[in-house]
Order: sequence, then structure tokens, then C-alpha cells
Amino acid sequence: MTALIDLLDRLIGVIGLPEFLHYVVLTSIKIVLVLVPLIIAVAYFTYAERKIIGYIQNRLGPNRVGWYGLLQPFADTLKMLLKEIVVPSNASPFLFFLAPLLSLMAAFAVWAVVPFSENFVIADIDAGLLYVLALTSMGVYGVIIAGWASNSKYAFLGAMRSAAQIVAYEIAMGFALVGVLMAGGSLNLSAIVLAQEGTSVLGWFVWPLFPLFMVYFISGLAETNRAPFDVAEGESEIVAGFHVEYSGIAFGLFFLAEYANMILITALTVIFFFGGWMSPFAGIPGLDGTFIGQSSFFWMAIKMAFFMFCFLWARATFPRYRYDQIMRLGWKVFLPVTIVWIAVEGVMVAAQIGPWAA
Amino acid sequence: MPEIQNFTLNFGPQHPAAHGVLRLVLEMDGEVIQKADPHIGLLHRATEKLAESKPFNQTIGYMDRLDYVSMMCNEHGYVMAIEKLLGITPPLRAQYIRVLFDEITRILNHLMWLGAHGLDVGAMTMFLFCFREREDLMDCYEAVSGTRMHATYYRPGGVYRDLPETMPKYQPSKHRNESDLKRLNEDRSGSLLDFIESFTERFPGCVDEYETLLTDNRIWKQRTVNIGVVTPERAKQLGFSGPMLRGSGIAWDLRKKQPYEVYSELDFDIPVGATGDCYDRYLVRVEEMRQSNHIVKQCVDWLRANPGPVVLDDRKLSPPSRIEMKDDMESLIHHFKLFTEGYCVPEGESYAAVEHPKGEFGVYLVSDGANKPYRVKVRAPGFAHLSAMNEMVEGHMLADVVAVIGTQDIVFGEIDR
Repeated sequence: MTALIDLLDRLIGVIGLPEFLHYVVLTSIKIVLVLVPLIIAVAYFTYAERKIIGYIQNRLGPNRVGWYGLLQPFADTLKMLLKEIVVPSNASPFLFFLAPLLSLMAAFAVWAVVPFSENFVIADIDAGLLYVLALTSMGVYGVIIAGWASNSKYAFLGAMRSAAQIVAYEIAMGFALVGVLMAGGSLNLSAIVLAQEGTSVLGWFVWPLFPLFMVYFISGLAETNRAPFDVAEGESEIVAGFHVEYSGIAFGLFFLAEYANMILITALTVIFFFGGWMSPFAGIPGLDGTFIGQSSFFWMAIKMAFFMFCFLWARATFPRYRYDQIMRLGWKVFLPVTIVWIAVEGVMVAAQIGPWAA
Repeated sequence: MPEIQNFTLNFGPQHPAAHGVLRLVLEMDGEVIQKADPHIGLLHRATEKLAESKPFNQTIGYMDRLDYVSMMCNEHGYVMAIEKLLGITPPLRAQYIRVLFDEITRILNHLMWLGAHGLDVGAMTMFLFCFREREDLMDCYEAVSGTRMHATYYRPGGVYRDLPETMPKYQPSKHRNESDLKRLNEDRSGSLLDFIESFTERFPGCVDEYETLLTDNRIWKQRTVNIGVVTPERAKQLGFSGPMLRGSGIAWDLRKKQPYEVYSELDFDIPVGATGDCYDRYLVRVEEMRQSNHIVKQCVDWLRANPGPVVLDDRKLSPPSRIEMKDDMESLIHHFKLFTEGYCVPEGESYAAVEHPKGEFGVYLVSDGANKPYRVKVRAPGFAHLSAMNEMVEGHMLADVVAVIGTQDIVFGEIDR
């Protein structure tokens, strides 16, 4: 990966652009390098969802389009692109179209600060964690505006639910990340991963911060409106919630944003708690020099895949929470847990216990 | 400032949780229901009126289409009403077959209910797990009557034909390989009774599987405990029956209280709830599936040991066999009369009720002595349950409406008729 970027850097250097333009071109290429695989990952995540949930439920999942249904995501995309986008007659057209774009923009922009390996990140900024929190909160505006602009009661209810839910879970999530910040000593995501570099898996933050990891991951489910927290779209209650009036690719954009956010949550979980791109076999004698023992994007992808599977597993297993029960869980369970654990962590840091032993 | 107003939400008829064509007009204060007003009639097919214009036997098929998830139990109510007027009792073997299929139907209905209720509350895997077992029971229907749903199998005086010696089998297809086909057809190599027996052996394990997913699940309990509570007194006043009544703690079951067919000879228990909430009704229905399975097993054992006629040997009521018909003049005349004019039922009126999976399903029949009923009135259990909708959801949240619709086990075929 690094070699590729270096090569590109030199290739662009050959043209002899001014330094500013050189930077712009290089960054644009990096963006494409992140976004195109991301969109393909989203496409195949939907396929994996249908296949995995299918097998959990004794079905086969898509198996007609292409080999083992592998072309199904493209068929679906094509279908959505060709369908008409119906705008309800009493909707506000500007806001109606703004909403999916807003969702998608926020979902894509966060990836700028996500490090994929030690040297590959689009923007290696020091306020990375704050940027992530800011942009994930932006996504909710897409949902609220969609619910409002559709001028539909179901969509409106979905938007209200979503707004309340995201406020509740942002706070728990933010507190969980305060714990990560205390442990990592930096807001820069690469620095957080590097802080977990140790002799073995024992250096990962998941061990000292286990309660925070649970809160973070479950909040992640809630934040992305995934089952069992999918009240914002709750199919059997408010039909499809905020995007009930959307069709065609306008709906497709919401869909894309939701899945990109899910992948993002898994990436962040891996970065914050599971040592990012570090190999779980580091420090085992005999493996150190080999591919298995080395840190690489491969390990990050494996860990992300595991958490994505957990997302689907939860969806296939649990019934849906009721809206007020979600609120109760967020405010009365997760928030106290995080606050208590931050205090515990503070004591551990001050007394130099565990990973903070000098 | 305009005054703060309640929010009116039109829930259905095009709604994923409307179980068909329920239209609820909900008056809500935020998410809290103030008033729920169910509108019915969107699936009205005039079954009762249609029955007045055809010979008695031709209405049996319409009965299947009332509650289209527990088909044979509907037929049973209708057929029993006719038998009461005619003053006949079907042969013992026919009675066992009817009980066997009533209980299979009960399992079918409760599986459908469990799957749909789970899906409404968000546990979508339940739906497909339940349909896996439903598929096998549908095959029993197919084996015995030729169709998977609308069986038209019961007849006044017995059943249409004896249990078959072979089961329908899966055919080869390009999407199913050899070993899959063999595995699927393994159970189907013997007679229908063998197939049902192997089903009864594996079914309790399946119910355990459903219970693993739901019974102790915290989310499931949060969603169902203390939702839609009906007190025993109120349940009686509202005319509840079946699991809705037993969930409130009243041990009323027609199979025990006014035994029909051979229920008095069979061993089974009536589960009752304690608090009358959605969770209790869930537990009651799950236990009923286990009890039904037990009854099915007893029927299979009896039916294996006791061959015999399955319909009364009365040519004025049941048609002769094809072979007889082809070489006996008398039989041919009987056949012709039965399939054109039908039979006449003595003047009078009768009410017959069966313990349908959803509650008491009754048929009130008035005959003026002709070959068709003068009037048929169907007492559908779902109608009384739906009437309690407003009471059950008032003060609950929108998500609970869905849970209550699920727990009432509503099917519009019988409510709208």
C-alpha cells in the first residue's frame, strides 16, 4: 500500500505540478482508492447479509444472479438506478433531496481519518476522534430532514424516534471514547492504534476497557439503526420509518449510507479496542517474521469482517426493542456504566495498575 | 399558538403488521395510543349468504377459506352442525382422523401465529423457523386431501377418504442435488402415519428451539410482559375464547368442557396463564403446541391399530366408490343425485362449536328441509378478540399495538367472512 502511494507520488511528480496541485491530485487519488473499495464493500456486505441471515434462517439467500448469486448486488443497484424517484406531492422537494445526500456525505467523509495501515490514511489529523464524533452526529440530520420533508406521518415518527435515539446513544458513545482517549493519550486515530502496540494481543485496549467496548459496540448498533435498535425504520411498526416515501436511487443513497456507517463502526471498534491493523499473533515465537505475525491491512479486514458478522448475527437473533426501552437502556444503563468505568480507569491510571504500570 | 392536538394515524390496511386487511385508526398523543378504532369488512366475501344458495356439501370448501390458517377446524364446525341436524355419528375411525387433523391444524395455526407474532416484534428468524415445520404439516394436508391449504376433507358422516399409504415426494430439479433430494424424501418413503409419527418425534425439539430464542429473551419479555393485559372477568365479558381466555387464567376449553368426537378418550392438559398479558398468551400457545403434538401421537397409535370405514355407509349421504358406480345402476343413480341435488336435511336448527385454534368456532345452522341451508351463521372467535383492541392498547405505545395484533392471532378471513 505504502509502495503504491510512493509510486503515485513520484508519477505525479514527473508531471511537475506546483506543490499545492500535487497535493490535491494525490489526495484525490487516495480518496478514490478508499471510496471505490468502500462502495464495493457495501455492495458485498448486503450480499453477505442476505446470505448469512439466509443460512441462519434455513434458507439459501440469493443464488440466481451470477455464480452463487454474486452479481445480485449489481442487479439491485441497477434496478434502483432505473426506478422512478417519486416525490410526494406535499413534500418539500429541496429538503427531500438534500436528506439522502446529507446522510451519504457524512457517512463517506468520516473515512478521511480512518487509518487502514500504519502509513495509509487520507488525513492524518490530530483531532481525528472529534472529527469522527462530529460527522457521525451529522448523519442524523439526514434522517431527521428526510422524515420532516416527506410530509408523512410514518416518516415523521421515524425521524422523531431516530433523533431521540441518536442523542441518547451519542452521549454513551462519547463517554466510551473518553475512556479510549485516556488509554491512548491521543485524539489521532493512528496514534491510538500505535498506543496498543505491545508485545502481544494483551496490549489491546479491549482488555482494560471491556465494559466500554461493549457499550461502544452496542451503541454502534443503535447509532446505525440496526436491529435490535431499528425503531427508526421498524418495519412492522412504522413501515420503513424515515425513508418510507423514498424510492429508486434516493432510497439507495440512504441504504448506502447505512451500510457504510455499519462498516465504519466496525472499523472504529477495531481501531479503538482491537489494535487496528496489528496482528493477533504478534510476539509468538516463530511467527514473528512471517506474514501472519506482521501487522497489515489484512488483519484489520479480518477483524472488521468478524464485527460485521456480529451485526448480522444480532439482526437475525433478537426481537426489536420498544422506543422507550431503548431510551432507558441508553440513559439508565450505558451512561452510568461508562461514567463508572471512566472513574475506575482514572484510578488505574493514577495508581499505575495494569496496562498503565510504569 | 394553535392548540396541541392528537395525532391520527391510519394504520393499514396496507401495513406489514396488519395481518391482512386490518385498518386501525389510531389517535395518538406522541407515541402513546389514546384510542384505537378497528375498521373491518375489507375481506368480506359473503360466505354465509353464499352458503344459502348451494347444496350442503358445496359449502365445506368455503369454510376452509374463513380462517385460512386453520382450515380443517372450520370444516369441522360446519360438518358437525349438519351431523347434528341429520342425527348421525361418524364411524370411530373417522372421528380419530378428524381429531388427528384438528390437532395438526392447531399446530399449523400456532406456528403461523408464533412466526407472525415474532416477526411483528422484530424476531424475523422465528418466522422462517416456524415455516420449516409448517411445510411438513402442509404435506400431510396434501397427502390426505390433495391440496396444501383448502382441503375440503371433512364430510357429514366422516371424512372424504382414508389416510393414504404413500406420501407425495419432492421431485428432482436443477436447484436441488441428489443428496438433498434423498434427505428430503427419506421421511416420505412410508405411509402418511409414518410421516406424522416421525414429525411428532422431532417436533418437541423444534418447540424447544423456538423457546430458546424467545422465552427467556430479555427483549422479548420486555416487549410482551404486561402488554395488553385482560383480567379474567373482563375476558369473559368481552366474549373471549381459546388461548385469549386461557391466557387470562380461565381454564375453558371445549375439548374438555363439552367433549366432541373422541376428545374424552385422549390424554391432554389445558395450559392457562396467570396475568393475561401477551407473554402469558405466548406461553399458553407454545404449551398447546406440545399438547397437540401429544394428542396427534395418541391418534396415530390408535389409527394404526384400528382399520375400518371412515365414512358412514349411507348412500343417501356419501357417494359410492368409483368402481361400484361404474357397474351398478343403483350406485350410479346415487352418485348422480348426490353430486347434483345433494341431500336434504330435516327441518330444524342446530349449533355446533369446536375448539378452534383461535377460540370457539361455532356454526349455527337453520334448515327448512331443503337441500341447502336456510341460514348459516358463523361465530368467529377473532371477531370478539378484535373488538377488544381499543381496550387492550389504550395507553400503550405504537410498538405495542403491533404486539397486541400479534397476540390476538387475527385472521381476517373469519372476522370479515
